[in-house]
Amino acid sequence: MNGLVFLIPIALGLGLLGLAAFFWSLRRGQFDDLDGAALRIFVEDEEERAP
Amino acid sequence: MTATALIERDFAVPDIRCAGCIAKLEQGLVRDRRIAAARVNFTEKRVHLSCLPEAEMPDLVGAFASLGFEAHPVDNAPGEADPGAANTRELLRAVAVAGFAMMNIMLLSVSVWSGAAGATRDLFHWLSAMIALPTIAYAGRPFFRSAWRALRHRQTNMNVPISIGVLLASALSLYETATHGPHAYFDGAVMLLFFLLCGRWLDSVMRDRARGGVTALLRNMGTGAMVVGADGGSRWVDATALEPGMVMLVAAGERLAADGVVVAGESRFDLSLLTGESAPVAAHVDDRVHAGTLNLDAPIRVRVTAAGADTAIADIARLMGEAAQGKSRYVRIADRAARLYAPAVHALALLAFAGWMIAGAGWHHSLLIAVAVLIITCPCALGLAVPAAQIVAAGELMRVGVLIKDGSALERLAEVDAALIDKTGTLTLGRPVALDLDRLDYRTKALLLALAQVSRHPLSEALRRDLTARDIEPEPVEKVREIPGFGIEASWQGRAVSLGRPDRDLTGSALAAQLSIDGEKVATVHFADQLRPDARSAIDALRAEGLDAMILSGDRAEAVAPVARTLGLTAQTGMSPQDKLAAIARQAALGRKVLMIGDGLNDGPALAAGHASMAPGSASDAGKNAADCIFLGDRLMPVVQALRMARRTQAIVRQNFALAIGYNIIAVPLAFMGHVTPLVAALAMSGSSLMVVGNAMRLKRAAR
Repeated sequence: MNGLVFLIPIALGLGLLGLAAFFWSLRRGQFDDLDGAALRIFVEDEEERAP
Repeated sequence: MTATALIERDFAVPDIRCAGCIAKLEQGLVRDRRIAAARVNFTEKRVHLSCLPEAEMPDLVGAFASLGFEAHPVDNAPGEADPGAANTRELLRAVAVAGFAMMNIMLLSVSVWSGAAGATRDLFHWLSAMIALPTIAYAGRPFFRSAWRALRHRQTNMNVPISIGVLLASALSLYETATHGPHAYFDGAVMLLFFLLCGRWLDSVMRDRARGGVTALLRNMGTGAMVVGADGGSRWVDATALEPGMVMLVAAGERLAADGVVVAGESRFDLSLLTGESAPVAAHVDDRVHAGTLNLDAPIRVRVTAAGADTAIADIARLMGEAAQGKSRYVRIADRAARLYAPAVHALALLAFAGWMIAGAGWHHSLLIAVAVLIITCPCALGLAVPAAQIVAAGELMRVGVLIKDGSALERLAEVDAALIDKTGTLTLGRPVALDLDRLDYRTKALLLALAQVSRHPLSEALRRDLTARDIEPEPVEKVREIPGFGIEASWQGRAVSLGRPDRDLTGSALAAQLSIDGEKVATVHFADQLRPDARSAIDALRAEGLDAMILSGDRAEAVAPVARTLGLTAQTGMSPQDKLAAIARQAALGRKVLMIGDGLNDGPALAAGHASMAPGSASDAGKNAADCIFLGDRLMPVVQALRMARRTQAIVRQNFALAIGYNIIAVPLAFMGHVTPLVAALAMSGSSLMVVGNAMRLKRAAR
């Protein structure tokens, strides 16, 4: 029973952390272009800088 | 770093198809020193630019063109958020909150179900309540709001039983918790919200996608014009800023942004989007020309007489507004089901309460059973039954090139039993196609392509499209220059070649271009609008689906007759927008549900009035705004595919309803007997939702 005093807040806190992270990414526009995000891994960075 | 403020502009670029396009655009655009940053949104097929103030609209569009992309400016009034996207985001937030709460409460509930008792159970119930109550207050708002609105108008919809169920369940669970009772339904209530919110969110995502696709296509109204200033110089003026009295320079191939009177030059105009007339109409000095029509031949100057809401289009817009009111009376299938379902559910719950009271169970026990009945019958699966099927169908249709604006469009499309079809631009391609290319030799065609590809004139574009489709390689030519009002001149192997308007106008209205070498006429190419390649088979397929089809055209009878004969359809010709509306009203009075297919401004009111409507991607803005679905590309077959898909979707939706009702037939007696504990409710709810979603997935790949 005593373990619950720590475990339940930890479980809830971790869950809330996930929720907060999701809201943060939503506000930063990370969900605005889902199909584009999937394609962007194929985009090569431009190699124009002088060597 | 420059100190000047940057201007933010959005462009719709429909041709973004792959990762290569993203890279090409983002890296290519910033090479123009006036463009500071470019960001592609692939989902919405848009590009967001930050550019210097001196970058004029035509320059920016030119920058896209030099990379090989067609771009259309999109008005984005700053600070005015897209209401649809905001709604989706709110729903997504609610889904996230409900999902988080559901998982945590479930965690606590599992311990209660596995035998936690006494103080531990009370603690877990209190914790559940602390998570559930704020969640229900936050995530339940969309349902409560809609239910309240319906109740205030003395109606009922799906949200009424949902709201009552959730609120009663939470209130009773709170009472149970406070009195150390064994059963709390917090998990059930939150889970119900989570599943239903998923359904709502899917529905909203689908609408957003289609709307994004439609805005990317809106472009036919010129969104501005080069205006001649007092000093003789010209500058770009947005369509919204055009005022009567201004003089616009309209290049060949450009669409007019406002109504006006020709003050200099003469040309021919393509009115097909405005009236359905397929033959071009000549315009001389002092002739009136209308917004939305396409200048075909030569650059002219037009003095603006009416802009924006005052243009000839405004009349059509008013008719459209009136016609659309009929459609708003349509009741979605889920709400129709709710009209039967909600009273039944509430009657059952009341009956359970009364029954157990009479049996002498005490009001607390009776209420507990009544709430169990409410929760178990709460239309969890019903709430998902419709959106799950519709979003799968819309996704599949998008893959074959049909954009569905919303779920109700799919429902209405499934019900149609007659089709009225416009001719110009709908049965036909609505653009000039080169007719006699095949009798020319390869070198002539190569030379034609070499000259045509430097010009943006509609006929040049038609030549370029048709010749590239035949795998012709252009001949190398030098010293190419475009002569406004005539055509293109160049030097080829030391000889002067030209492509331009024929020496004498053949019959006045026919479109043609002539290729000359050293002043000698070599070839004349004629152009005409053509039937879509699969028009015949698509019309046959429509008939096979049991639809009576008929042509409604604004064009002359002589122009419509050959089309009607080829397709074996009856036709009404020379129709004004009002006539088309009346034709639809006549059919509706006979009890038929009309599918209107059309593209022009003149079809706008009819598209708005039809029980369901479709427009091709090449349609006028008004047409695309009014239509329920838009099909892309040159083929007409997507119309039939959409119809079949809509009917299959409706069948799946009905199966889903049957599944949900079947599940209730088993579950309700259990609830009545008092056997539905929170554990049973949770299992039943997720089980039925999974079943319904699984059934909807069967629509995947059905369009192919």
